[in-house]
Amino acid sequence: MEIILEILNGLHPEVDFETCRTLIDDKIIDSFDIVSIISDINDEFDITIPVEEIVPKNFNSAKALYAMVERLMEE
Amino acid sequence: MQINVLEYLEQIVDKLPDKTAYANEEMGYTFRQVYDYSRSIGTLLIEKGLSKEPIVVFMSKHPREIVTFYGVIYSGNYYVPIDEEMPRLRIELIFENLKPRAVICDNETSKLLDHLPFDGEVLLYDMMILQNPKDNLLQEQRERQLDTDPIYVVFTSGSTGVPKGVVACHRSVIDYVDTLSDILRVKHDTVFGIQVPLYVDACLKELYPTLKYGATAYIIPKNLFLFPLQLLEFLNEHKINTVCWVVSALTMISAFGALEKVTPRYFHTVAFGSEVFPIKQYYLWKKHLPKARFINLYGPTEATGMSCYYEVDREFAPEETIPIGKPFKNKEIILLDENNQIPKCGEEGEICIRGTGLTLGYYNNLEKTNEVFVQNPMNHSYPELIYRTGDIGKYNKHGELMFVSRKDNQIKHMGHRIELGEIESATNQIDGIKSACAIFEQVKKKIILYYVGELTNAQIALKLKEKLPRYMIPNIIECLKEMPLTSNGKINRALLKERYSNK
Repeated sequence: MEIILEILNGLHPEVDFETCRTLIDDKIIDSFDIVSIISDINDEFDITIPVEEIVPKNFNSAKALYAMVERLMEE
Repeated sequence: MQINVLEYLEQIVDKLPDKTAYANEEMGYTFRQVYDYSRSIGTLLIEKGLSKEPIVVFMSKHPREIVTFYGVIYSGNYYVPIDEEMPRLRIELIFENLKPRAVICDNETSKLLDHLPFDGEVLLYDMMILQNPKDNLLQEQRERQLDTDPIYVVFTSGSTGVPKGVVACHRSVIDYVDTLSDILRVKHDTVFGIQVPLYVDACLKELYPTLKYGATAYIIPKNLFLFPLQLLEFLNEHKINTVCWVVSALTMISAFGALEKVTPRYFHTVAFGSEVFPIKQYYLWKKHLPKARFINLYGPTEATGMSCYYEVDREFAPEETIPIGKPFKNKEIILLDENNQIPKCGEEGEICIRGTGLTLGYYNNLEKTNEVFVQNPMNHSYPELIYRTGDIGKYNKHGELMFVSRKDNQIKHMGHRIELGEIESATNQIDGIKSACAIFEQVKKKIILYYVGELTNAQIALKLKEKLPRYMIPNIIECLKEMPLTSNGKINRALLKERYSNK
């Protein structure tokens, strides 16, 4: 979870990612951010996020991102 | 002879009145509706006594906004699109430059206007289209219009922190639309998918050819460009076959492997521009769409839309770059070296553009206009302007124009044209900042801001968001104890770039 927060804070230091649950709905992250987040997560966790997982519900909060990463690491 | 862009609309409305012209995910306007509503808007503006002046269009990205553009042209004024997401301080700078007397809003954006220092007339789209069009007023207005009269002003980043408004007239737009449509082979069965914002000249590619040929253009919801599979499904659902997108929108799809799951099976014409299309990503697209045409487009806003094109017609090695090719019909590219001479074949020079396609210059800014719209140095006999793009180019062995670099600190990021100087100027205005320097890292495509001052990164990011559009917000902010300087006292950009890449 720490790593996820670090990635997100690097993009937007002024956003409280621990509490925000509407990163997509409130347009806090844009298409550039999505590309950076995915490439950073792929590097940090040594996984490849498949394109089917790139959907709004997995990117709306740090928690949702973390849940997705955990799921992908188990597989 | 066509002298007004609205003639496209007037011709098509007789032929295809009930066909959908502009649509989004939930609604669409037929050519008849576009015609009727824009004439309503035109009539109302004429009756308000507004003439030959800027009318700000402050609306959400929607077919309504396109209709409003045409309405403003019907009234003999020119439209200035302002994005709903533009920060307040930037809008204030634009209003200072324009001094508009009227702003057209939709129901959502009219609320945002309350926070702006604007005491002119606020007009609501929904009310305007109820106006009865008056033929005699519209006709009188039309007869007074020349093809050299402006139709829009679009704002682009300025290095000193003040955005510059590029003014274009009927003639240059007609010249562009006619030649571009030939290159894209637009027909009545063309279905465009609009990715670019409506507040830049890039959207001319879809808006006017749609009128000229009775095509259809869908505005793609912005949010879909975050989620590749949903985007591809949208494209197939609406049978979109022609796109003119920024490269980052195409690579977002291919790099995540979305094409392996869903093919945009109606695509036959894929035009791209603003940035270099990485060859690896190009081949992913080519593999899935072997029959489609891929066309690289290049051109500055100051020469109306695009000025050069190259249709990919051969194989490229991974380290090669796709050329920007050759000029559009009725435009000429002249390369000029530092001594204003034409360099030898294969050598570098500044890309300069000649032709009817040149815009009228920057709004209320003769000084900046005269810096870049200059007398053709090859012509000593009569007045003839060229536009100096600030881009450095050269010809390859095939005789095709190649983009090499920029003369200054202008960059292209996610398809947007950005002056790093504007980011620095916005940062330097923040209390507690002693010095700031923005650089662009080419490989990872990140804007990095270095600063010296007493603030935290989060404070700076917040302050910048008040001033700059979000695509200009640095991707990385880093505090320095002191700014490295060159021997003549300027900020040492090269050292900062090196510092980042060595990390």
